[in-house]
Amino acid sequence: MKHTLAVLVENRPGVLTHISALISRRAFNIESIAAGYTEEPDTTRITIVVEGDEIEQEQVVNQLSKLVDVIKISDLTTVDSIQRELVLIKVRASLETRSDIINIVEIFRARIVDVNRETMVIELTGNETKIDALCQVLEDDHGIIEIVRTGKIALARGPIPAKDQ
Amino acid sequence: MEMTGAEAIIESLKNEDVDVVFGYPGGAVLTLYDALYQTNFRHILTKHEQGAVHAADGYARATGKVGVVIATSGPGATNLVTGIATAYMDSIPLVAITGQVAVPLIGRDSFQEADIRGITTPITKHNYLVKKVEDLPRVLKEAFYIARTGRPGPVVVDVAKDVFAASLDYQYPEEVKLRGYRPVYEGKLETIAKVFEELKLAKKPLIFVGGGVNLSDSSAVLRTFIEQTGFPVISTLMGLGCLSSDHPQFLGMVGMHGTYAANMATTECDLLLGIGVRFDDRVTGLLSEFASKAKVVHFDIDPAEINKNVMAHLRVVGDMKWSLPALSQLVEDVSGELKDQVRSWTETVLNWQRENPLTYEHNTELVMPQAVIEKVSQLTQGDAVIVTDVGQHQMWVAQYYNFKNPRSFLTSGGLGTMGYGLPAALGAQCGLPDRTVILFVGDGGIMMNCQELATAANYDFPVKVLIFNNQSLGMVAQWQRMFYGGRYSHTSLKGQHTDFVKLAEAMGVTGLRVTKPEELGIVLEKALATPGPVVVDICIPETVDLLPMVPAGARLDQMILGGTKG
Repeated sequence: MKHTLAVLVENRPGVLTHISALISRRAFNIESIAAGYTEEPDTTRITIVVEGDEIEQEQVVNQLSKLVDVIKISDLTTVDSIQRELVLIKVRASLETRSDIINIVEIFRARIVDVNRETMVIELTGNETKIDALCQVLEDDHGIIEIVRTGKIALARGPIPAKDQ
Repeated sequence: MEMTGAEAIIESLKNEDVDVVFGYPGGAVLTLYDALYQTNFRHILTKHEQGAVHAADGYARATGKVGVVIATSGPGATNLVTGIATAYMDSIPLVAITGQVAVPLIGRDSFQEADIRGITTPITKHNYLVKKVEDLPRVLKEAFYIARTGRPGPVVVDVAKDVFAASLDYQYPEEVKLRGYRPVYEGKLETIAKVFEELKLAKKPLIFVGGGVNLSDSSAVLRTFIEQTGFPVISTLMGLGCLSSDHPQFLGMVGMHGTYAANMATTECDLLLGIGVRFDDRVTGLLSEFASKAKVVHFDIDPAEINKNVMAHLRVVGDMKWSLPALSQLVEDVSGELKDQVRSWTETVLNWQRENPLTYEHNTELVMPQAVIEKVSQLTQGDAVIVTDVGQHQMWVAQYYNFKNPRSFLTSGGLGTMGYGLPAALGAQCGLPDRTVILFVGDGGIMMNCQELATAANYDFPVKVLIFNNQSLGMVAQWQRMFYGGRYSHTSLKGQHTDFVKLAEAMGVTGLRVTKPEELGIVLEKALATPGPVVVDICIPETVDLLPMVPAGARLDQMILGGTKG
């Protein structure tokens, strides 16, 4: 099964190297990893999605926790949480196909952020399955030129922040 | 106080009670070496950076203090890599201070530039690149704290060249503030109570000790616990010395080259108390069948060790200095009952030990390696600091030397680093000038860092170097004999022209040789009585199999025993 981990780390150079080196060295199955700074300027929050059973998941948490720059790890799989990913999709779009694409975009509540003679760029925020579904439709009907995804980020509901969990 | 970065490092070393550093100078650390010179700080100059880092490691293992090594940027730093990895695998506290090119030159492929921080990330507990002089005191404080606390390990502090010369207002921090590093010392008392309940239920319990007991200096309380319970004991390679090898409850080393009794007891036990062990593949054999009839209780300071290889029914996370006394206290009152409870099991394991003890072919014509170790054991009363390199001789020492004390067996267990032995022995001798330090090494391994014989002579470190010369890379040759149809691909050293006695003498070390069994006692006694470093070239037979052996991936009870019954 998949686990979503919120990893709070020191905002220092080399931290991402430490984390990615550990993940590759221990041969952990990481589906996505997304990092950015937080409400505290000296803290970076990394969301990691891990694929594996309970034992593997425990090893990922234990081994990551050993890194000196890792402050706190919270498993958001076990709590009620909001999970989102952002995607930008560049799709083939001619004058004739544009309106169909706009229809699809509306159905998915996505947004068009760029248009030119041959392409359109679509932005969508949502959960993974929704993004996958949009990509599928666009690929089948129009052809995708390129995609960029941020990887999943997640936040627990309720008043308690990950650092205090 | 106003001072330079280099002076701040020396001050910090003093604040950390460091009285000696091992190292090798170079361009990026010139300023630091100038400060060593001006402060007259004790520094051991080896002949190679690899020698320096293994020496710092040997010093740390023998004394329990943090070993410190200094090297320059680029090749100086990369020459430390094997030594850092060796220390990392065996959880040895080290601080490696490396020079880096000056800040404006970093990232430009400058002369002697290597990203040692990136290179050592997977083999250090933590590492730093210091680009601002004002960070130095905090970084060094943290480095020593991280290296020695929790599960110990090596820390690299890479310092840009211009930082050594820059000045700062020096103040050494009183304490460290690390949000992400809080080693657990005291675990949960209720788990100790649960372990106690399991002890009372067990019919076939087995105590399994590892390097964690040596590292945490908790051998004394372990011995008490062993006496109280009467349970049989087995050990990993790294756990040897925590309990006297001749203790009546001790069955010997477990694993690939473990004793029959230790491996059988592991296979048959119903409760396995793993204390400071990490269930390495050389110990477990076929993992799925390891101690498959037992409930496993895992004591370790590192939570990440639990369930890494072997699933634990109960976990006791914390320092052995906390957990063992706590358990021992509970056991005290039921000591008699526990001993009664395991009486028939004790009989069984002692029978295994009697049926198949460690044996070898005694020979009046040839010097058998096992006989050498037994002789050294007898001459030193098991009281020497024993260092080994890696290979057959290492395992024979583990099997045949009668260890008496903790921290008295220094060997590269996890990484299995050939070339480790000689420099590590020098480091141990440097830290323990009054102890007898004996190195067992093969004719292959000695050549990997033989340049350090010169260091031994220069500093008059009286290490006794016993070379097991079988004109072969014995361990690999044994595998070729057993599993590769006897095709000795590049493992025969026969016909090579190195004369170890002359090599020793050329470096300023006394050289002796043993070729016949009747010379053995006399020459060993002479070596031990000779002041200063001594090399003894001991000619042993070319083909002696190291046994027992569990083939890689086999079950522990599927041993090749061999040998003659003693």
